[in-house]
Amino acid sequence: MIDINDIIDIAPFSLEKGEKTKLITEKLANLTKHHYENCREYHNMLDACGFDPYHSVESYEDIPFLPVRLFKELTLKSVPEEEIFKTMTSSGTTGQSVSKIYLDRETSNSQQKVLVKIVSSFLGSARLPMIIADCPSVVKDRKMFSARGAGILGFSIFGAEKIYALNDEMQLNISGLHEFLDKHKGKSILMFGFTFMIWQHFLSELLKYSDKLDLSNVILIHGGGWKKLITQKVSQQEFKDRLNSICGIRRVHDYYGMVEQTGCIYVECEKGHLHASVFSDVITRRPNDLSVCEYGEKGIVEVVSVLPKSYPGHILLTEDEGIVLGEDNCECGRKGKFFTITGRIKNAELRGCGDTYAAGF
Amino acid sequence: MTNLQKYAQAFITCFGVTEDKLAELTYQSISEWDSVGHMGLIAELEDIFEIMMDTDDIIDLSSFEKGKEILKKYDVEI
Repeated sequence: MIDINDIIDIAPFSLEKGEKTKLITEKLANLTKHHYENCREYHNMLDACGFDPYHSVESYEDIPFLPVRLFKELTLKSVPEEEIFKTMTSSGTTGQSVSKIYLDRETSNSQQKVLVKIVSSFLGSARLPMIIADCPSVVKDRKMFSARGAGILGFSIFGAEKIYALNDEMQLNISGLHEFLDKHKGKSILMFGFTFMIWQHFLSELLKYSDKLDLSNVILIHGGGWKKLITQKVSQQEFKDRLNSICGIRRVHDYYGMVEQTGCIYVECEKGHLHASVFSDVITRRPNDLSVCEYGEKGIVEVVSVLPKSYPGHILLTEDEGIVLGEDNCECGRKGKFFTITGRIKNAELRGCGDTYAAGF
Repeated sequence: MTNLQKYAQAFITCFGVTEDKLAELTYQSISEWDSVGHMGLIAELEDIFEIMMDTDDIIDLSSFEKGKEILKKYDVEI
């Protein structure tokens, strides 16, 4: 079975290593067969690797990965053209190559369902008033979403009443925000945005106003990559410190994810670690021979997800470096692997969906 | 207006469909009812019936008929 109906109700951070590896390996092996049979390019690549998708594997670690960059260079899909109803891109800017991800209805639905499962396990199932730290125009084109638009739309489901913090000129909607905060005084408020947008626009705009916004009830979820902030020498700690000192935000969850595996995001827990849910996993590989790293050893991050059915993106080698810190024993109590991202591999092309906007700076 | 009329009107307003098409309407069966349109529909229904739906129910509301069932949970009889 390659759909996810049989696993969607498993609590996202409840399975221990043995059980999870078995489950996810079976799903990924089935997806590998599906893509082998339905995507000619994928078929040829597996043949070229000498990998037989009908031969059973011990662990998903033994199934070949695709470099994530391939989605920029090739049109990869495993469903007929007429079933594609949405295309997602990693970037909206010109002059930079973009990943194109082709979605059919089923894959798109699974992505939204899994996103809800993962995020609700952090936020609870009640929807909260929501501040979107971006501008409204980012979700205008409904057929073609940039990663930023898709992220905002995907997260909108957690919001009850919503407000965009910025207008299309990237100025802060300060009066609107004050009104919104008055209205929802004493309630938890969800804020969502891309890391770079929050830094470059939201926080720096806020500094222009003398009357402070009190966002101490805000739970911030942000993602999209640190690349641009690293070049500005902004550390994760400084980002958090500034959020706290400028507007009082204390609850902050970074997340790691990519448009090639939308839905399966890795959310930062209270202890500062990114967590893999039962729907996906991470491993790190040594740059010299691509063998699997030990826990605690830095390597190139491979991500696997049970969701991609309309395109062969279930097992991908990213251009990020990270460290798997452990499995099943994070102090926050969640099961599964936990890890940290340390940066980009050398010579990788600039990319990261919050950064697609940043390329204009 | 009865609840059914209000309910039907929400779909007509959001997706620009005619009444005779409503019974068969399902999520993503028309281009207007995509993920963007869906959140618009939810906002409209929440407004009309003064309710706040859970995320799971938002996802489950996959057809005109299914929506009637879901709204029952919020004491809205269609």
